[in-house]
Amino acid sequence: MKSIIELEEIRKKTFERIGMRKNKTGTRVLVGMATCGIAAGARPVMDAFVKELKKRSISDATVAMMGCIGACRLEPIVEIIDPHGSRVTYVKMTPEKAARVVAEHIVNGRVCLDYTMGEAERAEKAEG
Amino acid sequence: MRDLSLHLMDILQNSIAAKASKISVFIYTDTVQDELRIVVEDNGMGMEPEQLDLVADPFATSRSSREVGLGIPLFKASAERASGCLTIESMKGKGTIVTATFKISHIDRLPLGNVAETMVHVILSNPQLEVELTLHDSRDGSFHFSSAYINEMLGEVSISDYEIITWIRDYIDEGIKSNFGGVLNEIDY
Ligand SMILES: Nc1ncnc2c1ncn2[C@@H]1O[C@H](COP(=O)(O)OP(=O)(O)O)[C@@H](O)[C@H]1O
Ligand SMILES: [Mg+2]
Repeated sequence: MKSIIELEEIRKKTFERIGMRKNKTGTRVLVGMATCGIAAGARPVMDAFVKELKKRSISDATVAMMGCIGACRLEPIVEIIDPHGSRVTYVKMTPEKAARVVAEHIVNGRVCLDYTMGEAERAEKAEG
Repeated sequence: MRDLSLHLMDILQNSIAAKASKISVFIYTDTVQDELRIVVEDNGMGMEPEQLDLVADPFATSRSSREVGLGIPLFKASAERASGCLTIESMKGKGTIVTATFKISHIDRLPLGNVAETMVHVILSNPQLEVELTLHDSRDGSFHFSSAYINEMLGEVSISDYEIITWIRDYIDEGIKSNFGGVLNEIDY
C-alpha cells in the first residue's frame, strides 16, 4: 500500500535534487496538460522525458506538469527552460519526440526547430 | 461522454469557474442498494433559484459565448440512463452541491474511468485550490485525500514535481481499487 510515509521519503529525495539544481542550475521540463490533455497523452510524454533523462544519467533536470495554457489543439505541449532561463515551447509532443528533445536539446543544446510552437503556427498559416 | 471521470472533470471545472477555493469530491458505493453516488461540493459563488431551475436545461448557460452549456445536462442524462438522477443544491454566495446517482448493475452505467487523472489535472491547473477526495463503500473502510494536507507536508517541494504527481496518482488509484474493486465490475482487486 502507498502511504504518507512513502511520500515523505519522496519529498526528501526531491528536496535534495532541488538543492542540487539551485547550485548547478539544471534544465526544467514542464509538460502541459489541458482539459483535453488527458486524451492528448500528456502522461506518456512526461514518462518518456523521465525515462530518457534517467537513461542518460541527467540527474539535475526536473520534470513537472503545468496546467492548461489555452492552446488545446497543439497539446501535449512541453516547455524546456534552460539554466539561463530561456524557454522553448514544443507542441504536439509524443514519447518519440521527447527522446529526440532530450538527446538534441537538453544534452547538446540544439533546439529541435521542427517541433516548436513557432513552426506549428507557420505550418497552420501556410495551410490557410 | 465515455466515462464518469470525464463528467467529473466538467463538474469540477464549473466549481472553478464559480471561483471556489475549496472543492470536495465524494464517491460512495452501496452494494445493498446497488447504488453509486458521486457528490461534488464547492464554496464558490453559487446560483440564484431561477438560475438553478435552468441549468439542467441544455439551452441554459451564463457564459456569453455562442456555445451552449452542456456539462450538467449531459451528466444528468448519463445518470438517468442508469436509473439514477442528478440533483443540485445551491445558495448564492455560499456554494453548490451536485449529486449524481447511478444503479451500479445497470447495463448503461458508465465506467468510473480515470478519477486519479482527473484529480491530478485539477490540482495542477489550479495550484491555489484545495481539493479533497473521499471514497467509501458500504461494506467497510474509506479513503481520504486532501491536496492542502499534501501541500503543507511538502513545504518547499512543489506538488507538480513528477515524483510527487506520480505518487498522488498511484495513491488515488489504490484507494479506488481497495474501495471499489469487485463492487464496480470495471475495477478489479
Ligand atoms: N458549481 C457551480 N457554481 C455556480 N454556478 C454553476 C456551478 N455549476 C454550474 N453552474 C452554472 O450553470 C451553468 C451551466 O453549467 P454547464 O451545464 O456545465 O455548462 P457550462 O459550464 O458550459 O456553462 C454554468 O454556466 C453556471 O452558470
Ligand atoms: Mg460546465
